[in-house]
Amino acid sequence: MAEQASRQGAGLGPHKKRGFARVIRNMKKSSALYVMLLLPVVYFLIWHYWPMYGLIIAFKDYRVTMGFLDSPWVGFEHFERFFNSFRFWRLIENTVGISVYGLIVGIPAPIILALMFNELRQRRLKSFFQTVSYAPNFISVVVVAGIILFFLNPSTGVVNTVLEKLGFERIAFLAEPKYFWHIIVWSDIWQTVGWGSLIYFAAIQSIPAEQYEAAFIDGASKLQKIWHITLPNLLPTIVILSILAMSQIMNVGFEKILLLQNPSNLERSQVIQTYVYEAGILQGQHSFATAVGLFNNVINFILLIVANQLAKKAGQASLW
Amino acid sequence: MDAVNLALCFLIFGLIVYPLVFVVSASFSDSIKMYQDPIVFLPRAFNVESYVHVFNYPDVWRGYRNSILYTALGTAINLVMTTLAAYPLSRRRLYGRSVFMVFFVFTMFFSGGIIPQYLVNRTLGILDTVWVIVLPMAIVVFNMIVMMTYFQTTIPHELEESASIDGCSDFGILLRVVLPLSVPIVAVLALFYGVMHWNQYFQALIYLSNHDLYPLQLVLRNILILDQISEIFGIAQAYDERYAERIARREGLKYAIVVVSCLPLLIIYPALNKYLKKGIMIGSLKG
Repeated sequence: MAEQASRQGAGLGPHKKRGFARVIRNMKKSSALYVMLLLPVVYFLIWHYWPMYGLIIAFKDYRVTMGFLDSPWVGFEHFERFFNSFRFWRLIENTVGISVYGLIVGIPAPIILALMFNELRQRRLKSFFQTVSYAPNFISVVVVAGIILFFLNPSTGVVNTVLEKLGFERIAFLAEPKYFWHIIVWSDIWQTVGWGSLIYFAAIQSIPAEQYEAAFIDGASKLQKIWHITLPNLLPTIVILSILAMSQIMNVGFEKILLLQNPSNLERSQVIQTYVYEAGILQGQHSFATAVGLFNNVINFILLIVANQLAKKAGQASLW
Repeated sequence: MDAVNLALCFLIFGLIVYPLVFVVSASFSDSIKMYQDPIVFLPRAFNVESYVHVFNYPDVWRGYRNSILYTALGTAINLVMTTLAAYPLSRRRLYGRSVFMVFFVFTMFFSGGIIPQYLVNRTLGILDTVWVIVLPMAIVVFNMIVMMTYFQTTIPHELEESASIDGCSDFGILLRVVLPLSVPIVAVLALFYGVMHWNQYFQALIYLSNHDLYPLQLVLRNILILDQISEIFGIAQAYDERYAERIARREGLKYAIVVVSCLPLLIIYPALNKYLKKGIMIGSLKG
């Protein structure tokens, strides 16, 4: 193959011939690695890039019999229908609302927990607390929703029983739209704060001890040490994890929302991704739902790029 | 200051742990007594009646069997595929490495969405089979990056060089040098992927219509979530004692089912705690 290349390149002049032959030679060296990569590449092509190609049906009137390529073109019709639908603003409000609420609470929480655990003097207690605190991370979203239902049940739930004992009235939490966002966000915190704090904890461990010693000599208090040493050292980690979190902003853990949605709380519980499921899978409106989903993904992507650029401008670590 | 911190830690710990304690205790309690007075820390009138009901529920057994199959098969596929991707990417000498990286990582930030994925799977003809559950998530890019970082930082270059001088092929190096040294990372990824498979329900929800194929989480969903009217609005009044008894029993069954579905997690959790801590260190190096 190398011979063929040099014969082919014979008419192109000495530089081109050397370059082309070098490419081939380098590729041959990696040939076994390419074989290894074959299966993964095929996997990504079929289950990630083929669906991306399928996004074009957002601009078409998809017919099963015609497939992605041949279905008739309708341009932005589906998008217009979506933007003009009575649901549009409600969906945006809920999706963005739950996401932003989740970010505001969810980014500081693991940091604070890591700092708190870090300050514990008793080592065995600290490690026990940590180990148990990330147990909820491994519970399935169905079980979490089930536990929420257990606790908030108006007749048999702990929360309502406590409310009644304290003299308040029982509340059907999941029937009222106004509680929905809080339920979603705080149950997310419950599930993820322990696990999130692990990463920050590992980062804290890697801060050089001299910085703390110098502060100690200067007479800094505990809080001052945290503010002036720990947090600045954690900043790169915080920024990266925050950017990653923001890139998921429009996806809002919709699997849990889908489980806790019901006709009574739809006003505050319908988000873009559950609407995609509803319209696309349940109602079979493939093109329309794809358009809605595409809108969602594009917004996501834009937010990710914006967040990354902001981080760069601030002179912090960024994803690329 | 220290005392305040300690008290707060205890409080937060309690808040995190209480729901779990509650469910376990409730599952071992007499369901009628639970209905009358729901707050528990320890089982109220210890009995295993709820568990007996669970064992007599055939859907649960079928769901369990299916979930075990999906988890075992899926994780095996995951580990093989992720290794096949991570190892080459970890070699600096891979020609076109950055091209592959972009190709893989791009999928973390953009995707076709659930409808195009559904249509692709339908075209492939794998709907309503085990393959639609285990194949679409064969590689999670984040996990692949973690493994790649592990290979880069933990396998010394010299080992690889001396093996290739000895005439070992790339495959041979992977199998005989790299993998034996990679037990911790394989364990961590097996945990991540295993938990992912065991806990997932949405894929099954949209792709499976055959009840015989339902994984445990979907069965759980039917039992815990779809019964929503009484969950949301409460039980207006117990029509008679029998009715109240049935309601209470059904609630008791739910607690027991939750515990039963988390059993595998409870079993492996302490064993893998050690590997987890190591895995986090490695993962955070990447960040």
